[in-house]
Amino acid sequence: MSERNRPIRMLVAKPGLDGHDRGAKVMARAFRDAGMEVIYTGLFQTPEMIATSALQEDVDVIGLSILSGAHMTLFPAIMDALKTVGRDDALVIAGGTIPEEDIPAIKEMGIGEVFGPGTKLQVCVQYVLDHAPTRDDDEG
Amino acid sequence: MKDDPDRKPSLAEATLAGDRRALARVLTHIENDTDLGRRALDTLFPHTGNAHIIGITGPPGGGKSTLVNEFIRTWRKQGRQVAVIAVDPSSPLTGGATLGDRIRMQEWFADDGVFVRSMASRRFGGGLAQNTLAVAHAFDAAGFDPIVIETVGTGQDEVSIAALAMTTLLIQVPGTGDGVQSLKAGSLEIGDVLVVTKGDRPEAAELARDLRNIRMIGLAAGSEVGGWEVPVVRTSAITGDGIDNLTTAIASHRQWLQTSGDGAQRVRAMIAAEISVRVQQGLLGRLSEQNHDHLEALIDRVVSRNLTAARAADELLSGM
Ligand SMILES: Nc1nc2c(ncn2[C@@H]2O[C@H](COP(=O)(O)OP(=O)(O)O)[C@@H](O)[C@H]2O)c(=O)[nH]1
Ligand SMILES: [Mg+2]
Repeated sequence: MSERNRPIRMLVAKPGLDGHDRGAKVMARAFRDAGMEVIYTGLFQTPEMIATSALQEDVDVIGLSILSGAHMTLFPAIMDALKTVGRDDALVIAGGTIPEEDIPAIKEMGIGEVFGPGTKLQVCVQYVLDHAPTRDDDEG
Repeated sequence: MKDDPDRKPSLAEATLAGDRRALARVLTHIENDTDLGRRALDTLFPHTGNAHIIGITGPPGGGKSTLVNEFIRTWRKQGRQVAVIAVDPSSPLTGGATLGDRIRMQEWFADDGVFVRSMASRRFGGGLAQNTLAVAHAFDAAGFDPIVIETVGTGQDEVSIAALAMTTLLIQVPGTGDGVQSLKAGSLEIGDVLVVTKGDRPEAAELARDLRNIRMIGLAAGSEVGGWEVPVVRTSAITGDGIDNLTTAIASHRQWLQTSGDGAQRVRAMIAAEISVRVQQGLLGRLSEQNHDHLEALIDRVVSRNLTAARAADELLSGM
């Protein structure tokens, strides 16, 4: 069995066209404070940008913050782009203004968990600590 | 093993063959100094020694990442594959880090010839991560040249990046009293090129002039014929002014390293520094693992003023 003997590497990205990155920044800070190494790429991330960052930074987890309402088109495109670069092994989580009724379909796409508005940061952090994948060549 | 046609190539072999995902994974192993990372480096290292390793250091917010993005533009036009290692500090309290340099280098996301990797310093001094140079070796073996190492430096910290790069760019920011600050810390000396960023700001010309004057004094004090004359270059990422001058200065410095023979000396110094860092870490590791009880006993004696720290260190070292 493989075991992770290093900090979790995480990408925090803000896909979509709305210009609010406060949520993403708060998220990034919370994960950093939990001891993770957080790559923060800011606003207006396209699926291809997210995939390239995930590939080059070799992250374990990808956190998407989305407020634009375009999640049902953006999320599948992001998951496709990740697959194209071979990084669909990363855990993807999403937060932001996502209606309850969309969540089952989003999880169906391969997104691990969806955190709606008002979710305590500690809950998101704990989820990542519990579910961040170990990689097949991680060693103890 | 080598003859088995079904054998999956190792991460290092895949890296040499141009597999970017394998490279990214190798970088993680090297960063964490795992056994797999060490074996990968064994394979990769004979393929290194070709890249120009460039250090860029200066205060946070000084315009380093923005400038690196401009370099990438120039070097891609020359058909060179560019790697960037962007180091940001880890929080000493939690060990976590926010790594934000990629934000300034996003336009290359679809370009396979640009690879940006963020690293946290993880409690290693000098704004540097411990295995930064080893990470650079992997990029070197994968055919990247140049390799830029961006580090945050304030004052004395900057000295260590100079030991890990062939050409060091020292960033000075107008309107922050930087010139005087660096002079005090003595860190101006580590710059092979002094860069005044944000050259569009009103105070930039004056800072560049001051730096040239300081350099002139330095030259008069003790320079030899054939030595490298440290240029002062003013750049603006907004107007684009000075970027070409700077990439030309970087190329000239590389040329000078080759013709003067100074390059061979630098490579030796870089390797010596790399070994020395590993020896220090190894010794410290052994100290805390194998000699833990002995160390604790010695600390007790120093606490009770029966022994000096110097004698305690001597005793530990002689027993190792
Ligand atoms: N006026 C001006 N601002 C700049 C220039 N280069 C960078 N900046 C700004 O300085 C800030 C910090 O830049 P960044 O490249 O991230 O600095 P770093 O922390 O040293 O890597 C950003 O807001 C940039 O837009 C420049 O040439 N002129
Ligand atoms: Mg930066």
